[in-house]
Amino acid sequence: MKAIIAEDLYKSYNKGSVKALDGLNLDVEEGTVLGVLGPNGAGKTTTVRVLATLLTPDSGRATVAGIDVVKNPDEVRKIIGLSGQYAAVDETLTGWDNLIMFGRLYHLSTKQAKVRAIELLEQFSLTDSAKRPIRTYSGGMRRRLDLAASLIIKPKVLFLDEPTTGLDPRGRQDMWGVINELVKGGVTLLLTTQYLEEADQLADEIAVIDHGKVIARGTSDSLKKQVGGERLEIVVENQYIAAAKQIVAKISGSAINVDEGLRQISAPVTTGSKALIEAAKLLDEQGIHPLDIGLKRPSPDDVFLSLTGHLAEEKTEEDLATSGKKRSR
Amino acid sequence: MSAVMDAIVITKRQLLQLTRVPEVLLFSTIQPIMFVLLFRYVFGGSIDTGQPGGYVQLLMPGIFVQTVAFTLAGTAVGLAADMQKGLIDRFRSLPISRSAVVFGRTLGDGALNIVVLTAMGITGFIVGWRPSSGFFNIVLGFIFLLVFGFAMSWVGVIIGLSVREERVAQNATFIAVFPLTFLSNAFAPTTGMPKPLQYVAEWNPVSTMVAGCRELFGLTNEFGATAGSFPSENPLLMSLIYMVIIMAIFIPLSVRKYNKASK
Repeated sequence: MKAIIAEDLYKSYNKGSVKALDGLNLDVEEGTVLGVLGPNGAGKTTTVRVLATLLTPDSGRATVAGIDVVKNPDEVRKIIGLSGQYAAVDETLTGWDNLIMFGRLYHLSTKQAKVRAIELLEQFSLTDSAKRPIRTYSGGMRRRLDLAASLIIKPKVLFLDEPTTGLDPRGRQDMWGVINELVKGGVTLLLTTQYLEEADQLADEIAVIDHGKVIARGTSDSLKKQVGGERLEIVVENQYIAAAKQIVAKISGSAINVDEGLRQISAPVTTGSKALIEAAKLLDEQGIHPLDIGLKRPSPDDVFLSLTGHLAEEKTEEDLATSGKKRSR
Repeated sequence: MSAVMDAIVITKRQLLQLTRVPEVLLFSTIQPIMFVLLFRYVFGGSIDTGQPGGYVQLLMPGIFVQTVAFTLAGTAVGLAADMQKGLIDRFRSLPISRSAVVFGRTLGDGALNIVVLTAMGITGFIVGWRPSSGFFNIVLGFIFLLVFGFAMSWVGVIIGLSVREERVAQNATFIAVFPLTFLSNAFAPTTGMPKPLQYVAEWNPVSTMVAGCRELFGLTNEFGATAGSFPSENPLLMSLIYMVIIMAIFIPLSVRKYNKASK
């Protein structure tokens, strides 16, 4: 059973000159996590906004838990949770006030709202800060409260739009922990991210989107394979290049690249650190001391570059959407 | 009625904000009080009104109306801030009535006027304001003011959701409301204005409101160029008509705007 289906979604701003969604297709199996990976301006936020009933697509069809988001938005809103790129909570109010308010808006009784607020504050380690205004919270705490607010009704389908953008490494780790816990509870999750590492950590499957459509889809491993896995790189003095090449050939056996200028020999490897240790051992046996030796993993930039043919753009998606709107007015 | 309940939750949120950040209430009360004192003592001495009790009798209804007209600003700024921070997005993703957020907001801003008007009324009394029309009419006068503030708040919804930025909302509303309140009979008789401006001033809803309130508080009001016209003869009725028109236009427009709102 598919929890989310998007078929041929189109959405353009500024009288068609800015195509935010350009025939986007995706689906998410119930109880799984899909990471939507893409550079700024690729259409990630627009996708989430359409699926969460905030934006009507120009054409195409989308369903969440089998309910059409355009025809039956109210029914969709009853079963989804949304946590956006910006912590959308009332900053002047306390964490407690916010959870009660959103609980009431989900039509819980005052008592039910209180019970749920206590549970959620506990779950997200915010009990001690419950009575403080949100504006005194750290970035990570704000995000956790925002996430808590989107979980009040225990949604079937959860949308997280760049849940860790702007957080420090510690905050990001915490957030990953929290999200992983949630996923164990069986919620269907669609999350957008700019970081391959994040998608890798959290998602069962990854859809790479660019210019408003999905350009690659698969598990993290299969995508990395598509991009090319790890490479062994050795830099040696000029006179050892030939010998080093033979050593690399023994380990990798394929597509060895020699850069005379950099005095660098590199080749794809599949055995990871084992290959590295073996290379070091063989070099040592022959009395060759490498100037540099290491394994290079594909960086998120490498992934974007090889899948999209360009690096992440400077312009943010939001700029694009807002400027498009303002001009079309 | 869950739509009403939803709106009440939003209104409650606003009142809760006031308790969390009391400065907001403090300053939104101090400002009109300051106006009362400034006008009373700066202009009061030099404007000969011919009214028993002096300028302050004419001033108070004028300044009441100006203050409630500025309700629009509070609404616009509040909604623009919610928009900017993404709160409107969250509200729109909830299974609540499509009009709850804007109704809750305008009700909250309208309710805040009760506090502000009370503080102003007391200040006015201290500096010599003595409405002479009896309890019933005085209360009716304040009800008129509250409804006018509520109507103006809906204009603020459109502004706030259109500009989507707090500071722009602040400036935009000031530019919209300030001339409206001064191009009126609120602080000085319109009879001193150039003729064409008198027509504008006297048909201005602020003027009919001021004239209407003066009537309810026991004063007569002078009309210059438009003497004998419908608004000059029936300021209260005309004010009611204006309020109905404003709400009939801006309530549906606001609800529509909110549902299309996009950060």
